[in-house]
Amino acid sequence: MKHSIQAGFAALVGLGICGAGAAQQPQNFDAVQIQAIPVRDNVYMLVGSGGNITMQVGADGILIVDTQYAPLSEKIVAAIRAISPKPIHYIVNTHHHGDHTGGNVGLRAAGNTVSGGNMAGAIRDSGVGAAIVAHENVLVRLSSATGPQALASAGWPTSTFFGDKKELYYNGEGIEIIHLPAAHTDGDSIVFFRRSDVIAAGDVYVTTSYPFIDTASGGSYQGFVSALERLVDIIIPVYGQDGGTLVVPGHGRVSNLGDVLNYREMVIVVGDRIKNMIEAGMTLEQVRAAKPTVDYDPVYGVRAGAADRFIEATYQSLSAPAGDAR
Amino acid sequence: MTGSCAVRIAVLASVCFAGPTFAQGNFAGVWNMTLTEDFPDRLPGPELGDYAGLPLNAADRARAQSWSASILSLPDYQCRVHPSDYANSFADFRMWYEIDTTTQQLVAIRMQHFAWNTTRAIWMDGRPRPHELAEHTSMGFSTGEWVGNTLKVTTTHLKEGWLRRNGVARSDAATVTEHFIRHGDHLTWSVFVQDPKYLEEPFFRNRDYTFAENGSIGAYPCESVVEVVLPEHGYFPHYLPGNNPFLIEFARNHKIPYEAAMGGAATMYPEYRKKLAELPPP
Repeated sequence: MKHSIQAGFAALVGLGICGAGAAQQPQNFDAVQIQAIPVRDNVYMLVGSGGNITMQVGADGILIVDTQYAPLSEKIVAAIRAISPKPIHYIVNTHHHGDHTGGNVGLRAAGNTVSGGNMAGAIRDSGVGAAIVAHENVLVRLSSATGPQALASAGWPTSTFFGDKKELYYNGEGIEIIHLPAAHTDGDSIVFFRRSDVIAAGDVYVTTSYPFIDTASGGSYQGFVSALERLVDIIIPVYGQDGGTLVVPGHGRVSNLGDVLNYREMVIVVGDRIKNMIEAGMTLEQVRAAKPTVDYDPVYGVRAGAADRFIEATYQSLSAPAGDAR
Repeated sequence: MTGSCAVRIAVLASVCFAGPTFAQGNFAGVWNMTLTEDFPDRLPGPELGDYAGLPLNAADRARAQSWSASILSLPDYQCRVHPSDYANSFADFRMWYEIDTTTQQLVAIRMQHFAWNTTRAIWMDGRPRPHELAEHTSMGFSTGEWVGNTLKVTTTHLKEGWLRRNGVARSDAATVTEHFIRHGDHLTWSVFVQDPKYLEEPFFRNRDYTFAENGSIGAYPCESVVEVVLPEHGYFPHYLPGNNPFLIEFARNHKIPYEAAMGGAATMYPEYRKKLAELPPP
């Protein structure tokens, strides 16, 4: 069964539709409109089709987190230009899935890399487009993909990092790109805009569906829980669980601490149930039949197959020998 | 009446009644809860396993049955505020009017709840609702309108909350309609909750309050503290299905059939009394 789910994930990844908000049928991108939703100050959430884009604008230029699908790039650029004429200098990818990186080529080409003086010549592609920043594993995944859906090399990350995080200072604020290992994939990052107090979470947090744990790409249930707990640690609300640090999810609506806590609650409660069933010797089919997600299905299980995929990935992760979370 | 007098009255009337919407009912002041009414849902809170009279669906019931009061031991949950569709149930509140001093237009009616001192705005100036993907909060986004002297309030953009403080969830897809109705020094607050995810039918709640001439809202500071040592990773208190030992307490204590205590739309209606007689004792 492990092989079947991995094959399924691989197929979805190949089609660039493995994000939690991705449609599973060919989309008519002509009908998609890009909407810019103000998050706070100079940070916006761009919504179209695919993963949410977080955009930070300022005197220095524009930084965007994720790029949705390639056919939408012109519309995304137009939406950006409606807010600011400044150049796009940075693209940050939260992970490698096609609904978050498909527009890398087009959006990179619409910008340029920050350089100057004797560096202008040294950075050969500075005039070619914006810098694409991501964890090293994103580059590994994108560059090893084959087939017609594989992303052209012009859309691969140009600046990768290893370890816990990469830091930038741009548009008057510190930006932390924090790697969360083995969560949704093995290349996840969240992007924390420290002055704006906004986090772009990628698909380690969504409001529209159960977690999509891509075990074939190094994701795991345990890593997913750790990622949510890292988010909770960073978020400081104004009062109660409202306001303060805001979160742009990979898919869905702008969130605050209470929303992330509710999501973490669901992930842990369902995981505890599945763990208990595994300890009782139940097979995956028996666990599915026991419906461990039944109380959360109206909220997170609307998309066909979302609950089954979450149950299967969690079952795999929690059944794996210690040291092999997948 | 002379012609000139009639003209003056007409001019006066046009000044008085033209232009922006004026307040048609006066709710400003402090309103004290009526403690004798539905006491368990007021300060002390409901009993565990009491979902009677709530139109919750099977998914919401299952969720409530797994709920553990130990979540209050989690620092992140200690100062979690009541959502706006519940906060008035808990205790007293204050209402006041925000007027644009230049145009004299009523911009908003504001409220502060005693519970956690939360404040909310009921926008009366016709502003549009935020984008559906904008932030949702405990108070939500509320707009008001006058129906005679009754204030009708529609609230969206609520994040997940609860209908009863014992684990009965209300989803973030809910739309809440409230009516504030004043009868002299008494006020009736009615709440109508439509939740397509967790309710079989809309939920309706009434509460009554008394005007407090010299009333005040006390401070309600809340600071989270670590009260017990908890696991550091992946911990959230809950009961596994079929393992909650407290679900039967309410039914037994009040000699109500367990099935009735578990709620559902049918338990809201008078004719359910016929079915009660057919159900086994707890």
